[in-house]
Amino acid sequence: MRFCRASLVALLFALSAILTCTVARAASLEEALTHFTADDFSETSTGIKDVAASGSPRAEAILRALQDGQLLYSAQTKAVYIKSSSGKLLDAASGQPISGDAPADADNVRINNRLRGAIEAALGGLTLLASDASVRLDAAQAVFKSRQVSVLPTIETALAKEQDTRIKRALTEARAAIILSSDKGSEDDKLAAVEVIRQRGDQDALGLLSSLPADVPASVAKSAAAAVGAIKNSLVVWEAVQNAWYGISLGSVLLLAAIGLAITFGVMGVINMAHGEMVMIGAYVTFVVQDVIRARNPALFDYSLAIAIPASFLVAGFIGILIERCIIRFLYGRPLETLLATWGLSLILQQAVRTVFGPNNRDVGNPSWMSGAFDLGGITITYNRLWIICFALAVFIALLALLRYTRFGLEMRAVTQNRPMAASMGIRTSRVDALTFGLGSGIAGMAGVALSQIDNVSPNLGQGYIIDSFMVVVFGGVGNLWGTLVGSFVLGIANKFLEPYAGAVLGKIAILVLIILFIQKRPRGMFALKGRAVEA
Amino acid sequence: MTPHILIRSLDRGASAFLIAIAAIAILIPLLHLALPPTSPFHVPTYLISLFGKYACYALLALSIDLIWGFCGILSLGHGAFFALGGYAMGMYLMRQIGTRGVYADPILPDFMVFLNWKELPVYWYGFQYFPYAVLMVVLVPGALAFVFGWFAFRSRVTGVYLSIITQALTFALMLGFFRNNFGFGGNNGLTDFKDILGFNVQAESTRTALFSITCAALMLAFLLCRALITSKFGKVLIAIRDAEARARFLGYRVESYKLFVFTLSACMAGVAGALYVPQVGIINPSEFAPGNSIEAVIWVAVGGRGTLTGAVIGAVLVNYAKTFFTSGFLAPYWLFMLGALFVLVTLLLPRGIVGTMRHWNALRRDRASAAAEDGVREPLPAE
Repeated sequence: MRFCRASLVALLFALSAILTCTVARAASLEEALTHFTADDFSETSTGIKDVAASGSPRAEAILRALQDGQLLYSAQTKAVYIKSSSGKLLDAASGQPISGDAPADADNVRINNRLRGAIEAALGGLTLLASDASVRLDAAQAVFKSRQVSVLPTIETALAKEQDTRIKRALTEARAAIILSSDKGSEDDKLAAVEVIRQRGDQDALGLLSSLPADVPASVAKSAAAAVGAIKNSLVVWEAVQNAWYGISLGSVLLLAAIGLAITFGVMGVINMAHGEMVMIGAYVTFVVQDVIRARNPALFDYSLAIAIPASFLVAGFIGILIERCIIRFLYGRPLETLLATWGLSLILQQAVRTVFGPNNRDVGNPSWMSGAFDLGGITITYNRLWIICFALAVFIALLALLRYTRFGLEMRAVTQNRPMAASMGIRTSRVDALTFGLGSGIAGMAGVALSQIDNVSPNLGQGYIIDSFMVVVFGGVGNLWGTLVGSFVLGIANKFLEPYAGAVLGKIAILVLIILFIQKRPRGMFALKGRAVEA
Repeated sequence: MTPHILIRSLDRGASAFLIAIAAIAILIPLLHLALPPTSPFHVPTYLISLFGKYACYALLALSIDLIWGFCGILSLGHGAFFALGGYAMGMYLMRQIGTRGVYADPILPDFMVFLNWKELPVYWYGFQYFPYAVLMVVLVPGALAFVFGWFAFRSRVTGVYLSIITQALTFALMLGFFRNNFGFGGNNGLTDFKDILGFNVQAESTRTALFSITCAALMLAFLLCRALITSKFGKVLIAIRDAEARARFLGYRVESYKLFVFTLSACMAGVAGALYVPQVGIINPSEFAPGNSIEAVIWVAVGGRGTLTGAVIGAVLVNYAKTFFTSGFLAPYWLFMLGALFVLVTLLLPRGIVGTMRHWNALRRDRASAAAEDGVREPLPAE
């Protein structure tokens, strides 16, 4: 019984609160609008603030109209109208078309630059209450940057009813930013705000905390200084993480480009200077596949890479076997001349592609699942880089398995270690050579598919990667595939860590010098083959 | 003593070759200067510059043949030494422009004024003096080759590893010289030269003189190489080429021999570059491109490696073909031809032109003598 009465009282109280609220709101919008009829900038400014604070659903429309110069007033009738796009006048408060003719003295409410700024800020506050979540998020982030004190009440309202945690956080941060940069809020509020901003921990937060007003209480200034230190530290860490990520990404590209080179060099002792052109051919195969899909069946576009990967492997692998059978097998025992012959081949292949496809970059698109990015802590990760890393590792593992568990892999390893002995055990070394060369070229072709997603597809595509790939092979050694893996990631990460200090070019030069110094210690790379066969 | 060694090193072929170069060095300027332009035998100015360019390339090829043909070191970065020598000469020529540049700064070259530099960088000091510039033409490539070679040969980096590292070297230098803040004119390089030792570089007489000087340098380098390879030192080099491990076990300090010949070869390449720049009128970072160095190697392969004369002949032939084909309607196919040249020469003509001729001669002599003992044939240089 007692409980019932209490609820009844509460209900009544709530009802009356709502009623008063509605009445107050309606009244305040009307009241606010009268400020526009004074034809005075400071009155208009008050009007903008009051309209925004009224919380009326009409507020946004009114302010937009004011912004666009479509808000009219009549000094006689003390009424404000919105001119609709069709030229009809609507009553500003109700949004209904007015009955009868427009008053004779209806004129635009004039605004100046200061007022435009005020309108922007007021609108920013209003969109905090929009129904579209992304609009709300944008508005909250905009408020964080603008720190308009007048928006504070709106933020409180928005915070109270916001459900989405991301937007809620953005709103909290915006509120904290306002509290910190104005004289609003108690000392405890400000301390809490510093904590919120510290949680945010990015460059903007740093800027906010290091430019607090001079009159903040000492305790706030102290905690802000501590927060600045903490944010700086975490930014350094995130920058390092970002560099490492870029390095891993570059390393995966190098791994794809170098791994085929490493196995042909390991097995046959020849450096294939046309390896970069195999990569380039792989990229052009992707282009052709996408071109055909676009023309025949655009729905399949998202699967274009799944088709291009085997296709490029087959095309590049076939060309590789052709090269081995027609040229390289006649040059065994003359590795330096193989180098020259394959260089000549690379010129021919480049020029052939240039003749067929033209010298300009060709457009290779990203499938939808490879475009876009997401944030992880303080860094941004793009999907295409992520997929390329996964792809490189998948290729690496597949190759490792091939070498370890298949008969062909066994034969390949045998020939790598000791060719004459392998031959006397009945392994057809020339067949192994041809297949190895085909395999290496095929992997280069698949690398081309990956590179087509992040680089320009032009006849010079391969050239940009070939010297780096050589460096990976020289650095990693040809003893086993792990050398290539470690080599490419070490070089990739070292490159990206040197870049911020030395610039891209000097970083590259530094890497080359380091490699030259490194091979002083280990002339045959990190994972060198050991034994008598090496010197042969 | 020295002249004696030089002359002793010449066999009949080498002497004939030297005489031929000397004849060209005298005859072409004569045909240019003495005959009126209407005469059918008159050599126009552009040809003088073109032949001068070929002579520089021939000198570069000679330097590559010295290390590749006789010591088995395949450098894919010799273009770097060539370009460094060229830059040293280019710096001298830049300083000679003086107030005649676009910005008329008495000390700073135009590109530095353009980049708003106030002072001449320290490494540009002294380049207004010709003897200093000439010293640098030899010293800079030599020093780089010495340091690089000291590291590389000491740790026994050989074969394709060495080739790849030399290629990386020239690639790194190319990246560096492309930068503006390196202080060598960045992308545009050094150009717009006015005069050399007071003579206008554009003048016909200067060009003719430069051509003759280049031919003289080529002859001198050829003599030097001949003397080197016919000496005991040269025999050791060939031993290193054919069986490096064995030469080492016999007690020769292989790395010292290699280092010496590599440095000497780099100095020769530097001189070639220095002679090249005033005749072409520009030096820019694309001279460092790895492709250029490999192309120079193929000149040697075409002519015949380990023959010296072959290197010169190969350089002139390939470059003549390049001039011929890249200027006409065949231009789009030049890269096909160059590529095919690489493949065909290595596959079908591993001895090169001169090497193959010598081989045939040796075979014919064998047959002619018809003696019971086996004829000594010139062996194909091993890797």
